[in-house]
Amino acid sequence: MLVEDLLRELAPQVVGVLTRRFGDFTAAEDAVQEALLAATVQWPQEGVPGNPRGWLIQVAQRRMTEEVRSEQARRRREDQVARQQPADRRVAPAADTVDAAGQDDTLTLLFLCCHPALSPASALALTLRSVGGLTTAEIARAFLVPEATMGQRISRAKQRIKASGVPFRMPGPDGWAQRLDAVLHVLYLIFNEGYASSVGDDLQRVELTREAIRLTRAVHAALPEDSEVTGLLALMLLTHARSPARTGPGGELIPLAEQDRGRWDGAAIAEGIALITAALPVGPVGPYQVQAAIAAVHDEAATAEQTDWPQILALYGVLERISENPVVSLNRVVATAMVHGPQAGLAALDALPSDPRLTGHHRVTVVRAHLLEMAGDRAGAAELFRAASRATASLPERHHLAIRAARLADPGP
Amino acid sequence: MKYMLLMQFSAATVDFPTIDTWTPEEIQAHIAFMRDTNTKLAAAGELVDAQGLAMPETAKIVRSHSGGTPVVTEGPFPETKEWVAGWWIVDCEPSERAVEIAAAVSAAPGPGGAPLNMPIEVRQVMSAPTEEL
Repeated sequence: MLVEDLLRELAPQVVGVLTRRFGDFTAAEDAVQEALLAATVQWPQEGVPGNPRGWLIQVAQRRMTEEVRSEQARRRREDQVARQQPADRRVAPAADTVDAAGQDDTLTLLFLCCHPALSPASALALTLRSVGGLTTAEIARAFLVPEATMGQRISRAKQRIKASGVPFRMPGPDGWAQRLDAVLHVLYLIFNEGYASSVGDDLQRVELTREAIRLTRAVHAALPEDSEVTGLLALMLLTHARSPARTGPGGELIPLAEQDRGRWDGAAIAEGIALITAALPVGPVGPYQVQAAIAAVHDEAATAEQTDWPQILALYGVLERISENPVVSLNRVVATAMVHGPQAGLAALDALPSDPRLTGHHRVTVVRAHLLEMAGDRAGAAELFRAASRATASLPERHHLAIRAARLADPGP
Repeated sequence: MKYMLLMQFSAATVDFPTIDTWTPEEIQAHIAFMRDTNTKLAAAGELVDAQGLAMPETAKIVRSHSGGTPVVTEGPFPETKEWVAGWWIVDCEPSERAVEIAAAVSAAPGPGGAPLNMPIEVRQVMSAPTEEL
């Protein structure tokens, strides 16, 4: 195992242990970051210690003790640590003592970092740092913002958590579902950020998609019975499996229908399909499971022509009833056209209830252009693709839509 | 020294058709060239930032004076004579190098693979005072 991967796996456990021990998440998180940096420098040169987790706990704890001491000297508050520690922790345990709760700490930390009191951007950053064990510099690079900005975002998020007085423990049964939703949403956002911006191959950037999958695996391992967690993991695997075929040699986007399916990751697809097949019959069906089921239907088709569109249409119907996202309705319109023909699709598009989130959105123009193209109106479709390409704020998408317009303008063979 | 290379288009300075009227192959060649340029600049340690802007159709113009409600005008603006399409910020020595980079960008391939000859404005990014002051 690479040192980097080992550190990312251990980071949340160590933060958890120290937060429990000192009762101060903010300070624990800082100390662990320093311990991780020390390990990043020392381990590759001196070898990984026999008990890497104990090593990190020891270094971070020393760091925290120093912090506390200087604090005490400054403020004469000798009893602060003592007061924050339960009586049985007055004597420091050996560094390699395994906390009974150590394995659940990843989850507890996730609940803390994805707290509803934080904005999504803050929750994403804090999760990647505290649970993912990424450095501020890596997170900054992943989101293409200056390191100082990201550092500020993370420290403000930590202050917010401190101020809100959220205890470091699992939420109780009353808030459980809502809090788990928040965790899954943050993981989904991390994945999406990685997926949407993974055009091009900047090796300097942490792959957020892989990171999101890794964290979701950890949640799935802790909550194997939760079918929405399973659904989210399946959705990520089934989507990420197409990555190798998603961009062409020049970095241009290749739509699903035109991808070389031989380049899809078969192992990821098999795992995703097994997960969603097991999850669907269990418990309530939520939006992540339905989206994973849709992704599975796409991935199961050996060619675009063999796609089981009637099944996808039915699944979008289910998804529309249980989700709040108007883009789902647009996808249902496309599926309608694939099953019942472009005229039915256009009728369904015109029948969509007006939603301010969709008004003037270029995705609506793209769907209409796609339906016109299916209906054989090449000129009309080209004009709309062109309009949509001028309206999007995504450069890869702008190019992709311009290319689609150009193809239609081409008289062709 | 840091320089901003501004890709600024206007009806008067650009004599090629808009990208959405090129052939798919021409567009792909253009994308590949830009990507390659950025990769090379990054590898040379000269790239600070490269950004493209959404089209002027999506722009808003905001004006406000103290105490009043801001007035927001939605694009597109028919009177727009020129617009910024994007920029690079490069950190390089000497200043001739910034011109060299701008020249490479200017000659990005367009219709028929011919160089576009785009006007690229090179502006020095202001910095801290030099020690001689």
